[in-house]
Amino acid sequence: MHKTLSRRLMAGLAAAMAVGAGLGLSLGGAAAAYPERPITMIVPFAAGGPTDVIARIVAENMSKTLGQQIIVENVAGAGGTTGSTRAAQAAPDGYTLVMGHMGTHGAAPALYPNLKYDPAKDFAPVGLAAGTPILIVAKKDFPAKDLKEFVAYVKANADKVNQAHAGVGSVSHSTCTLLDAQLGIKPTLVPYGGTGPALNDLVSGQVDFMCDQIVNLVPQIQAGTIKAYAVATPERSPSLPNVPTTKEAGLPDYQVSAWNAIFAPKGTPQDIIAKLNNALVVALDDESTRKRLLDLGGVIADKPGRSPQALNDLVVSEVARWTPVLKGANSK
Amino acid sequence: MDIISHLALGFSTALTLQNIGLCLIGCLIGTLVGVLPGVGPIATITMLLPITFGIDPVGALIMLAGIYYGAQYGGSTTAILVNIPGEATAVVTTLDGHEMAKQGRAGTALGIAAIGSFFAGTVATLVIAAVALPLTKLALLFGPAEYFSLMVMGLVFAVVLARGSVLKAIAMILAGLLLSTVGTDLETGEERMTFGYAPLADGIDFAILAMGIFGFAEVLRNLEVTEHRDVVRKAIGRLLPSLAELRQSSPSILRGTFIGGVLGILPGNGAVLGPFASYSLEKKIAKDPRRFGHGAIEGVAGPESANNAGAQTSFIPLLTLGIPPNAVMALMVGAMTIHGIVPGPQVMTRNPNMFWGMIASMWMGNLMLLIINLPLIGLWVKLLKVPYRLMFPAILIFSSIGVYSINNSPADVVFTAVFAIIGYGIIKLGFEPAPLLLGYVLGKLMEENLRRALIISRGDLMTFIERPVSAGLLLIAATLLIVAVLPSIRRSRDEVFVE
Repeated sequence: MHKTLSRRLMAGLAAAMAVGAGLGLSLGGAAAAYPERPITMIVPFAAGGPTDVIARIVAENMSKTLGQQIIVENVAGAGGTTGSTRAAQAAPDGYTLVMGHMGTHGAAPALYPNLKYDPAKDFAPVGLAAGTPILIVAKKDFPAKDLKEFVAYVKANADKVNQAHAGVGSVSHSTCTLLDAQLGIKPTLVPYGGTGPALNDLVSGQVDFMCDQIVNLVPQIQAGTIKAYAVATPERSPSLPNVPTTKEAGLPDYQVSAWNAIFAPKGTPQDIIAKLNNALVVALDDESTRKRLLDLGGVIADKPGRSPQALNDLVVSEVARWTPVLKGANSK
Repeated sequence: MDIISHLALGFSTALTLQNIGLCLIGCLIGTLVGVLPGVGPIATITMLLPITFGIDPVGALIMLAGIYYGAQYGGSTTAILVNIPGEATAVVTTLDGHEMAKQGRAGTALGIAAIGSFFAGTVATLVIAAVALPLTKLALLFGPAEYFSLMVMGLVFAVVLARGSVLKAIAMILAGLLLSTVGTDLETGEERMTFGYAPLADGIDFAILAMGIFGFAEVLRNLEVTEHRDVVRKAIGRLLPSLAELRQSSPSILRGTFIGGVLGILPGNGAVLGPFASYSLEKKIAKDPRRFGHGAIEGVAGPESANNAGAQTSFIPLLTLGIPPNAVMALMVGAMTIHGIVPGPQVMTRNPNMFWGMIASMWMGNLMLLIINLPLIGLWVKLLKVPYRLMFPAILIFSSIGVYSINNSPADVVFTAVFAIIGYGIIKLGFEPAPLLLGYVLGKLMEENLRRALIISRGDLMTFIERPVSAGLLLIAATLLIVAVLPSIRRSRDEVFVE
């Protein structure tokens, strides 16, 4: 009894000293011992969604490499911009990260005029994690057989077709707006509060078509309750080998995926970014982590695409791509 | 025959030592967070999700499901003893359950809630096992037009349900509807009534509104009158209801189970409507509706059964369609995907172990809740029996933590405080907070579905009448309204409500 007590006391003292030492070090700006305490990774969406699932899978393996727990904190709201704003304004010490995505770090500037951060300037990119491809799907008895027929049909019946989306600013809204812009059509948009209810009405045939992340759609497609026309990536998805790519199906310009990437606040020291990037790269090469991501229908970032610089370039090009598409759609 | 072999498979999966243990842990944690005001199942499941990574998927889902229905159950305990509904579904339990507690019949109220819940849970489990597949077709019959009509019916129920002045009830419902329109417009993405203030962009969270207007306001009111108004220190009384009370409440339990079970199947959180519908039905058909609001046991038995039946059957859209009907079910989807199970129509054939195991575990969980909780009620009561001057700070702290944990946002806690003051004012002016909350819950769904239905019909209002299910629901609503407004009936109704 006495022995355990004193041992606990010792452990407590040691921990206290470690924390004290840690404070001293971080005040001094040296990051030699980073990380010395758990790291918070903000997921700017509710728990259980695609970004959250990818964040938790990646964070679990990164924790092993870093030797400290990465705690996932869900800060949902305003299309992910609430959590991203919090991360942008956090101390740049490497202990607050954010799992940003196509919306928060690509489409947001076009959608939110009062956005409190600049995706390209207010963050230090760590690296691209994984993305989920976008699928074009329609209700089971939609007349078109393949993508070519689909395009012809929606162009001919633009005033009749209903397109569902999961709310303005959602992945399904942005990516389908891009499709509409490329096809030059303006279908009637039916808004839903999330992918779940939108999918429900697609299954029951209340609405005609939608675009969304593959992870949300695979089960319905496999069960034959909705039909898929094309996947908007260069290669077919292993989870749906029978669904052609947009390139194969005749719409090569429609290339889009809901990418997810880790960002730190601007000003985070380079060596910390390097450590985090290394942990991310290790995680993305780990067999079991890869398998879990692939099982979701995810696309893992390739080796050159994982560097902080590559992510920086991606953010710049995505903001440039989404701004005209979404601004144009809103001012119709 | 199928159902027997399926259930046998389910029980052989669920009845392993590990899964029984996980079910027990889930139920216990769930009841605890349900009892503690403010800490809801959503926050708990989110926090516990990482812990389940190490367990096999079936066990993990059994535990998470246990937390969900455990919390539903625990929430009723708090509703009865402290008059704080932790979940939207426990709102009506406060009406008569808390009155019973004030009369020293808290034990009976808790007991009948437990018995009703167990019965409803058993029936709902059998229903899921027997007709899960055909029943999903019912869910698919509901498009935006049908939902809108369902919500209209719900609001008419709310008027029927209200205590006191009809005018005041309608005022409260309208206030709730108005509050529900705060936030980002679904169709255009424009912000409405947010005053450019970012935390309002997603609207007002239900838990924040309910906690402020119901929970905190009740604390304020209790502080007004010292110790003798302290309900919790009253005798708890017998736990087991008497034979007469059982006979009195068993038809209510049957009706509640039916209503809750049917509404629970609907995606779009129809389960929330169950307790409200059951309560107003009980009150309508009671020989002496005057007892309602003053500790009528049917007013606890019916809604509690409806609540639990709905909680169980809301798994049907998730398990069969892969479409989550509410936030907790959305979390279950996340839990499944993290464990490598893609939820959807194929789960039943591809992971029959998991599917039937979970169903069997639900019944086990309900049995456990009954066995654990009847004796444990004593413990919860002791927990809540602490003198009020010590208890209210604890309630406020736990509630604040709970509110904070929803979005990890400090602004939410401030909002709760503001709603507490508003809620206190409302009570002082003789208004009922329950219709406001219902107006809020239904308002959001109603607006979304109205606009969706009109977009799809290109603005043609006939869509609500041309679709048979929708027309039927509107007809019921209209009939109820006429019955409630008819002079002869109104006279007797007014007599009922004069206090």
